Amino acid sequence: MSPVNQAKNAEAFLEDTVHEEHLDKLLWTLRMRRDAAARQVPEWEELRTLASEIKEHTLSNLSHYLIEFEAKAIANGITVHWARDAHEHNQIVYDLLVERQISTLVKSKSMLTEECELRPFLETRNIRVIETDLGERIQQLDDQPPAHIVGPAIHKTTRDVANLFAKNYGSDPKNDDPAYLAGVMRENTRPEILNAHVGMTGANFLVAETGGIVVATNEGNAELSAHTPPLHVVSAGIEKLVPNMESLAVFIRLLARSATGDAITQYTSTFRGPREGAAMHVILVDNGRSSRLGLERFWHSLKCIRCAACMNTCPVYRRSGGLSYGSTYMGPIGIIMMPTFDVRRYSELPFSSTLNGSCTNVCPVKIDIHEQIYGWREVMEEKGQIQTVKKQAMKVADKVLSNSALYQIATATVSTALDALPHFAIYNKLNAWGKHRDVPEAAAETFHEWYKNHRLKGNEVLEI
Amino acid sequence: MEIALMIPCYIDVFYPQVGIATLELLERLGVDVVYPKEQTCCGQPMANSGCYDEARATEDHCARVFGSFEYVVIPSGSCTHHIRNKFTAAADSPEKDNLSRNTYDLVEFLHDVLKVREFPWATFEHRVAFHTSCSAIRGLNMTSMTERVHDPVFSKPKALLSGVRGVQFVDFDRVDECCGFGGTFSVTEEAVAAKMGYDKLASMQKASPDCIVSSDMSCLMHLQGCARRQRQDIPFLHVAQILNGVSL
Repeated sequence: MSPVNQAKNAEAFLEDTVHEEHLDKLLWTLRMRRDAAARQVPEWEELRTLASEIKEHTLSNLSHYLIEFEAKAIANGITVHWARDAHEHNQIVYDLLVERQISTLVKSKSMLTEECELRPFLETRNIRVIETDLGERIQQLDDQPPAHIVGPAIHKTTRDVANLFAKNYGSDPKNDDPAYLAGVMRENTRPEILNAHVGMTGANFLVAETGGIVVATNEGNAELSAHTPPLHVVSAGIEKLVPNMESLAVFIRLLARSATGDAITQYTSTFRGPREGAAMHVILVDNGRSSRLGLERFWHSLKCIRCAACMNTCPVYRRSGGLSYGSTYMGPIGIIMMPTFDVRRYSELPFSSTLNGSCTNVCPVKIDIHEQIYGWREVMEEKGQIQTVKKQAMKVADKVLSNSALYQIATATVSTALDALPHFAIYNKLNAWGKHRDVPEAAAETFHEWYKNHRLKGNEVLEI
Repeated sequence: MEIALMIPCYIDVFYPQVGIATLELLERLGVDVVYPKEQTCCGQPMANSGCYDEARATEDHCARVFGSFEYVVIPSGSCTHHIRNKFTAAADSPEKDNLSRNTYDLVEFLHDVLKVREFPWATFEHRVAFHTSCSAIRGLNMTSMTERVHDPVFSKPKALLSGVRGVQFVDFDRVDECCGFGGTFSVTEEAVAAKMGYDKLASMQKASPDCIVSSDMSCLMHLQGCARRQRQDIPFLHVAQILNGVSL
């Protein structure tokens, strides 16, 4: 598959100024709310350090904690499955449904099931899948993947949702009051949940010490999906482990504050085992995680707790929209995770960043995101993924810039200086600069020439 | 004190007046300034693009030209950040280590090494919108960062400009959001880059500044490109020009 052209997708997104402004404003508000929430916690930076250290410790001892979790979960009456990859994961879910002759699955939001492409897998096998998270359901009805890992439909306006619900549910297209729209959603999904035989959730954390599964939501749909049907299936990546309840508390304090600026999500539920007469299964999914853990430069992305603070603060994401990345995970964290899934397809993503570093500063688990983006650029070169035209331009630039005589010739104002520098800096695409901005004018005299003309004594020569 | 002056390639060609102001300012402060004539570039445009191999010869050249000085001063946070923190393409050598250790952005050099706070020869009775580059903020810690909400608020370039009679700073929204330049990003992702530039300008313009000032001309080259396209003729100045006594 050819690489995702994020820049081109972003350009298309920018043409629609209504949605671009909507997204930028909304996400910047979240960033401001995050700052305000962090201000309320004097030990905020210590919490970030602690969270980072707990994740590094857990990931460094992952096999130990996985085995501990499995033993506790089994003791609690949970059936534990291990899935090496997306296909194994999807097959396990499918088998659980088929064994019970069930053809409808209700599920709450889970980025892992998106990563595994569970929905299309089941749908082609005649299973109906009903998303119960409002944003995820909106995206499902619109046949789009999530555009943001916390708010899947965050790029849509209430008008968009009113139209979409009118088309799918026959509601009033003119009424875009959020409370009304949430009511429409509730009326339509609640019966699905009540009639469901299998409910699926993701997991925000797995607690090794207790075998507990922690899910944080604002809508309560995960709780409904887990508690109503007789079978609760949990999909969880193996990096979701924390050692114990004490360490869990550190992450609970950071997660919602980083994501939305709330002190805590509306619901933070710990599922420790099946309720009376019901069953509970957990699927522990690798899907590339253990090999990422082996990447010396990039394993830190496994610390991610999916708060999306990096997306909210990212000036490129806010002006591109999440769909422009053409990937399950988007924005700064997506840039450093996606190439581990497919280096060719996501080879351009590391260039969709100004390396400004704001993402690193807001990350609650202190992933050095912008440094890893820089690192991935080098990997793309090593793996031969950099476009030939760029590579050629850089070769020419290096030749000129490593040789002072050539540099003087290229920059001398008697030659076409206007051509010269943008050539070094921005290779063969001067017109791309000029599309929305004026091109800088070369001075009548370079600094080098000025120095030669004004500062050198008669017998000194600046020329090489 | 003897220092070597490094003039970034884009300042050499497009903004020689910034190089001249830097040189004159350092001389006013009693510094003996050497301008090594063989200098070209720090290698950042290539390294920043992932083209590590293509940055090597340029970085080697830079290390050869500047590696023996006690201080190297550059009127650019972005080149300084590259040489101090990202100078990995060049072959290991004592010159390379020296250069990485001894390179300062002009603002850092004035603020931290010379510790100068007064610029009595300069008067600048204007409203200034000050833009700090991301390299200077998060790469060199030249200002506090808005994400780090518990850190004390400070700005080294503003501390220097406060020593110029008449300078008045205007406040604007999203003060440390990236302007969208980002090196080759400004071309490879030109639509987003330009939008970020226009947003930055609009945010500054709301505060009615008389001029836009930075310690990085690369950000200003981008913002000026946006402003000129909108037929705005607001002046763009490097901090060195104001400290050296420029008038509008």
